[in-house]
Amino acid sequence: MNTVPPIAAALPAIALDGVMCRYGDRVVLENISFAVKRSEIFFIIGGSGCGKSTLLRHMIGLKQPAHGTVKYAGRDFTAASPRERKDLLRTFGVLYQGGALWSSMTLRENVALPLELLTELGRQEREEIVALKLAQVGLAGYEDYFPAEISGGMKKRAGLARALALDPDIVFFDEPSAGLDPITSLKLDELVKEIRDTLGTTIVIVSHELASIFDLADRVIMLDSEVRGIIATGEPKALRDHSPDERVREFLNRRLAPVPQQPAPAIS
Amino acid sequence: MSAHQTQALAATSREGETLVLRLSGDWRITAEHPIWENVMIGERPGRVVLRVEDMGAWDSSLALFLNAARSWSRKHGVALIEEGLPKEACKLADLLARKTSTVAAHAGVPDLFTALGAATVKLWVEAKDLAQLVGECVFSTGRFFRGQAQFRWRDAFSEMQQCGAMALPIVGLISFLTGVTMAYTGAIVLRQYGGDIYVADLVGLAVVREMGPMMAAIVLAGRTGAAYAATLGNMKANEEIDALETLGVSPVDFLVMPRVAALFIMMPFLAFYSNSLGILGGMAIAAAKPLNIPPNLYWSEMQTSVDLSDISTGLIKAAIFGLIIGMAGCWRGLQADRSAAGVGQAATSAVVTSILLIVVADSLCAVAFNILGW
Repeated sequence: MNTVPPIAAALPAIALDGVMCRYGDRVVLENISFAVKRSEIFFIIGGSGCGKSTLLRHMIGLKQPAHGTVKYAGRDFTAASPRERKDLLRTFGVLYQGGALWSSMTLRENVALPLELLTELGRQEREEIVALKLAQVGLAGYEDYFPAEISGGMKKRAGLARALALDPDIVFFDEPSAGLDPITSLKLDELVKEIRDTLGTTIVIVSHELASIFDLADRVIMLDSEVRGIIATGEPKALRDHSPDERVREFLNRRLAPVPQQPAPAIS
Repeated sequence: MSAHQTQALAATSREGETLVLRLSGDWRITAEHPIWENVMIGERPGRVVLRVEDMGAWDSSLALFLNAARSWSRKHGVALIEEGLPKEACKLADLLARKTSTVAAHAGVPDLFTALGAATVKLWVEAKDLAQLVGECVFSTGRFFRGQAQFRWRDAFSEMQQCGAMALPIVGLISFLTGVTMAYTGAIVLRQYGGDIYVADLVGLAVVREMGPMMAAIVLAGRTGAAYAATLGNMKANEEIDALETLGVSPVDFLVMPRVAALFIMMPFLAFYSNSLGILGGMAIAAAKPLNIPPNLYWSEMQTSVDLSDISTGLIKAAIFGLIIGMAGCWRGLQADRSAAGVGQAATSAVVTSILLIVVADSLCAVAFNILGW
């Protein structure tokens, strides 16, 4: 977290090298290479259907890349042995689009389950961590509520509390603002910032929410479905104003470039 | 990461009345780390100094330790001095100490009388709810005959195929085996009196009047009733039923009626098929040793006790059971909570409700047919 041993600190938190994402014979993304620094808030952006969520699924191990490697702090996740993979899985948490809370469990049980299954902590300590995590996301007092009894924004925050339960080095967010009103979305953004600032967590967010991108992102990569890969990398404001690629400027300015006028046919 | 991790330590040393705790290493919640209560066993200092020395990574485990130290020092009135602790860890420990609930307490487990009262009220509400669905189905039937219902025959035929033709193997197997069991059981008693031949009457009458329709109904309650509840529950969770209502389409006309009609139409056919297989099962056992009753003799003996009224009472009951299964399945589906657990619960409730109502209806039919002399 805040202080990291020097050897590990020199390595990027996440490094992708030549990753290819494929569904059957259909290649969605190819030759994807980038690195995410420690404690960075990193956005994966792009239009609908460009493969943002697909890339995320490949990064978190729900899908295996057809080619290439995904490394966490220098450790190869794609070629890891089952034991090493399990070890690496504990170093990151994921907040899914709808929160993905287990509906038959209370919020307390949802947050406590990873602690129960993956740590040796005693009941008292587990309870305290659950209380801390729920307090961190502003849900203190909701421990005994079921997911069906809370709002969409609260579900996301509870999902985040669960993702943070093991104090991971990296937290992935899949479309965190989807379905939220602007204020709730803003509060979630502030929470993300606070988590990074408090624990030094590396944050990777898949989103196309421009307000969040400009507010939070240290760096972004932009994907495009036509080239099936990355078309831009950098700081979002710089890309918006100075990117040589028109698609990137259009996306980040939320504006279509004017269509060139056809010369009027000559009247004889 | 664990490859570079060093053990989290809280080394104690005494400096007169002062206990100095030197915190070092990587403090990880997922790895072994010191627990305040264990560190303080047998220690009663006048002052405690928490000193960070050569600390690597840290996380919530350090905040927990710090919070426990602060609580202990407050409780025992011992001064606690924090030296070099990360500011963010102190902030987390503050948050943990402040975590007082601002939300209304969630209702816990109610006492016996409250639970009993709530269950009674729920039963009443459910009875009204079911009565409302039955009423809506009656009105929908009226609309159907006036040609005003949004009834989709395509759905009804598809459901008929699902609950009828597709259920033939399982209904057939269960009915055949029921006939076999009954023939064996009947033979035990009847052989003692030399009345082996009456196995045909026993099996025929029991299958046609009771077991055939009942077995078909129980299979369909588990197979089709649960499927209806799960389908409608899932549709409710996905707001598909809301979408129908906002279009002005009655979910009863569109979703419930085709399913109930399919079961109402198919159940008598399935019961007839079930009767045939049950009789065949009895006949197969009778033909074998030790009864040795030839099939033609079995058949003619059965005809002396089973007549058309027995068959028709069984088929009437089957149609009623079909209505019950269809309505119970759809009712539970429409009642389901909008969640995955709600859908599962609806499917279970549909089976329980169907079987309960089938048994009640069977008893009422027995009384009614007795009065009518059928």
